[in-house]
Amino acid sequence: MKELKFDTLVIGGGSAGMAAALEVSKRGFSVAVVERENSMGGILNQCIHNGFGLHHFNEELSGPAYAEKFIDMVESSNIKVFLDMTVMDMEETGDMKYVYGMSGKTGMIKFCVKTVIFANGCRERNRGSIGTPGTRPSGVFTAGLAQRLVNMEGYIPGKECVIVGSGDIGLIMARRMTWVGAKVKAVIEIQPYPAGLTRNIVQCLNDFNIPLYLSHVVGDIHGKDRVESIDVIPLKNGVEQKDKSFNIICDSLLLAVGLVPDNELAQKIGISINPETNGPIVDRQLMTGKNGIFACGNVLHVHDLVDFVTEESERCGKYAADYMDGKTFSDQYRTVPGQNIKYLVPNFYSPHRDNKFYLRTMIVKNRAELIVSVNGKEIFSKKLKHIQPSEMISFSILEDTVGAEIISECRNNTLEVKIV
Amino acid sequence: MKKDMICISCPMGCRISAEWGKENIITVTGNKCQRGDVYGKEEILSPRRVVTATLNINSSWLGRLPVMTTGTLPKEFIDSLLNKIYKFDLDVPIVRNDIIIKNISNTGIDLIATRSVRT
Amino acid sequence: MSKIIFDIAIIGAGVVGAAIARKLSSYNLEIALIEKECDVSFGVSKANSGIIHGGFHHGSEYLKSKLEVQGNRMFDQLEQELHFPFRRCGIIVAAFSIEEMKTVEQLYLNGIANKVVGIEMCNRSRMLSLEPKLNTDVVGGLYAPAGGIIEPYRFVFSLVESALKNGVKLFTEFKVVSAEHNSEGYTVISENGNIVHSKWAVNASGLFADEISNIFNAEKFKITPRKGEEFLLDRNSAARTEHVVFPVPDHVSKGILIIPTVEGTTMLGPTAIPQDSKEDVSTTSVNLGMVFSSARRMVPSISQRDIITSFTGLRPVLESGDFYIDISKKQKHFIQVAGIQSPGLTAVPAIAEYVKDLVKKDGLILTEKSSYDPDIEKLPRMRTLNPEEADVLIQDDPSFGEIVCRCESVSEAEIVAAVKHGHTTLDGIKFYTRAQMGRCQGGFCTDRIIKIVQRETGLRYEDITKRGKDSWLIEDRIGDIKVNSYGSVE
Repeated sequence: MKELKFDTLVIGGGSAGMAAALEVSKRGFSVAVVERENSMGGILNQCIHNGFGLHHFNEELSGPAYAEKFIDMVESSNIKVFLDMTVMDMEETGDMKYVYGMSGKTGMIKFCVKTVIFANGCRERNRGSIGTPGTRPSGVFTAGLAQRLVNMEGYIPGKECVIVGSGDIGLIMARRMTWVGAKVKAVIEIQPYPAGLTRNIVQCLNDFNIPLYLSHVVGDIHGKDRVESIDVIPLKNGVEQKDKSFNIICDSLLLAVGLVPDNELAQKIGISINPETNGPIVDRQLMTGKNGIFACGNVLHVHDLVDFVTEESERCGKYAADYMDGKTFSDQYRTVPGQNIKYLVPNFYSPHRDNKFYLRTMIVKNRAELIVSVNGKEIFSKKLKHIQPSEMISFSILEDTVGAEIISECRNNTLEVKIV
Repeated sequence: MKKDMICISCPMGCRISAEWGKENIITVTGNKCQRGDVYGKEEILSPRRVVTATLNINSSWLGRLPVMTTGTLPKEFIDSLLNKIYKFDLDVPIVRNDIIIKNISNTGIDLIATRSVRT
Repeated sequence: MSKIIFDIAIIGAGVVGAAIARKLSSYNLEIALIEKECDVSFGVSKANSGIIHGGFHHGSEYLKSKLEVQGNRMFDQLEQELHFPFRRCGIIVAAFSIEEMKTVEQLYLNGIANKVVGIEMCNRSRMLSLEPKLNTDVVGGLYAPAGGIIEPYRFVFSLVESALKNGVKLFTEFKVVSAEHNSEGYTVISENGNIVHSKWAVNASGLFADEISNIFNAEKFKITPRKGEEFLLDRNSAARTEHVVFPVPDHVSKGILIIPTVEGTTMLGPTAIPQDSKEDVSTTSVNLGMVFSSARRMVPSISQRDIITSFTGLRPVLESGDFYIDISKKQKHFIQVAGIQSPGLTAVPAIAEYVKDLVKKDGLILTEKSSYDPDIEKLPRMRTLNPEEADVLIQDDPSFGEIVCRCESVSEAEIVAAVKHGHTTLDGIKFYTRAQMGRCQGGFCTDRIIKIVQRETGLRYEDITKRGKDSWLIEDRIGDIKVNSYGSVE
């Protein structure tokens, strides 16, 4: 078995992995990226629609184009990329990490590294995760799989489909299926409001008169061999109104019902997971509970925009380089989600450095206020025009915003964020 | 006449209104940038959308080439463009931003590749 | 073309038919194994709990108890020959009251009467030391170390592979619609007009044994499907136990179990609800709550968050509650093997022996075949190898290094092996390799599997199905349908 030494191994060559690897490499460290597919870019490669890069590149790109800009940068760097390679296992002894990656071309390779960056993204929730009852016919696809079949292979997985979930993935797939000639008969959303961007409601549903059923769920799937129809049940105050259920004839059901960070390997080596995000618990430097092991992108928490993934991952790369340069911060205190907050990343902050936070709220509200306090004292607030759970919120607490008079050795110095 | 709409030019999703009288002079309000003004006027006169799709290529490692219009295209040209795209069978190599169809239906808009395929 | 007259035709290629076929293939016989689905193990056997039972649930007056205990003992040798995933992890029955302990005592006495080796009564602390994840309210229970778990469909596939290797002919998509008996024997005709001739016939048709018995003009009886819904939990579930954990059974069923599957996931179930339909394998939302609250009573750390999927199996139940394995008294050379519900999987090696004795008694001449080879090739599974072993294997065949199913670490070589063994549907490949069976449920690998099947078989994409018949996946390619999304095309 071949052994290779690098300073850093990045697991995953998507938008997160490439951005992180580039930053580590810029600081003069040797970096390897391990990618499962035959090309870098991750899920961007199948997201052929436009809307990527407005923040980061200040232009509107397709997913593959956004990816290619990073692929070009990685290819002209000293980063060593291993394509078609799957990470099988990992272990650590003291400061060294050993990662086993394998491909048909290289056999099993033992990577011996100082730092590991998890950047391996997320997977889709599926029928099992949402417990849709009914028969088990063919024709039930997760939206991402359907997207791959259509956009990468040129297949049409159904001529008459119903989409479950009104997040951007569901909406984009509604337009895609329509644009390849299929009929999208409905989009079903369990929440009373659409989860995706308004512009996608307009250009992906309204343009084609696709009905959006808010506060509805799929009650049953019919069909022995292939999907034949589904039952849709309206909800009233969260309770199923079974007497008002109706049937939609269709040959396929596309499930766009959320994403979950893929953290099996991290869990296997004992990294603690935040049950709210399903990603690792990380400190201010996006370092997990294990020294030298970092996480960024959708494996840390599911993002809305790739531009945010890039931002977070570039920081992660810098932090990993800082760690290898011996710059670590012991003056870290906990962060906690308060009123109306679903989750907050990272789980620690440092009062003497800049801190960038990403969070999701649990409520829908116009004119809300985000309030940050330490030891009960408000240190920062921000007005928010409109908030909803599906839209990630970010803010920064800059160096020394938390004044010396607030931090006290006798207090826990926890930073609490709430939205009112 | 007045029409309320949501600008789709970027993910901000501004709620805008377009008003016009007999002279067909359209005034857009509620927009936070110039793109909203353009969108509001176009949506009344001739609604336009950016089109993305894939087409067949003869490549050893990629099945479909992603393509995109260089700007928004009037809606009435989109279906025929899609049907035309789906008949393509291109040889590689292709470089990102290569023009696949020039000046679609005399709109001045091109269809370009959004990914490079070398082999 | 000369007409082949088989010595014996076995109707049904589930675990029962497969085991009988393999057993009989050790004799000089021409054997047909007939299956209505497009692949073997697609009926009752595919949704089995996979438990090798401990021989204590039923009294010694039942045929099934005798065959259960005999069958259990035969699995070690079968594993040596057939390489299916199997582990004697042991079974415990957890009691939560003094009343329940009385039932446990009865189970213990059943086990003793059935001559089960190693069975023991346990007090509370022994239960908790055996299974630390148990609810600490446990008052005591039973331990049957000989109990275990297997991957049921993989067991069937191995049995069939072995049978085929020893000359058995498999007929799939052969739904029996008529059977005539004349001086030459049976003429068995399928729905699509194919014919098999045989001197003897074995009814191992699971849920449809009553219908097949009617078609063969043999005994009348009724099979009632008993629905069992099961929930599969992620490999990382904190609730995974060391042993199969049973509650104290009631008079209907063995209750909701916690099953640490042999491949690392955890399964909860099954429910036990009689129904009329033999086709309805739908799941319901009502049962989820019931299954989880029952399971959590035994192991409190069980969480609904860990659900990967749920599925339903139907158990073929006869009114007697026992197996019905006998020579037909109405029809010549017809062997009934019906009502093989739990503990059928455990009993099946013994059932095969029992059927072999019956056909011999009925006049079929059995002479041992000198060329009989009980062993099949052991295929490596990447998931079970350490890095060094994996590396050696990849040097030999690079397709072992290409992981197709990331959740279950299934390599391309394993998918190809499945296809080469005749499993060309998505479900067939799933049951053979476990690809699509993990936490993403095929989200990442379905398109890769479609490609490999096309490459290996030459099938067109529109011919690839989930499990045969009308379970198509893709009918059209982009460009096949004219787009008129804005209504602007004339």
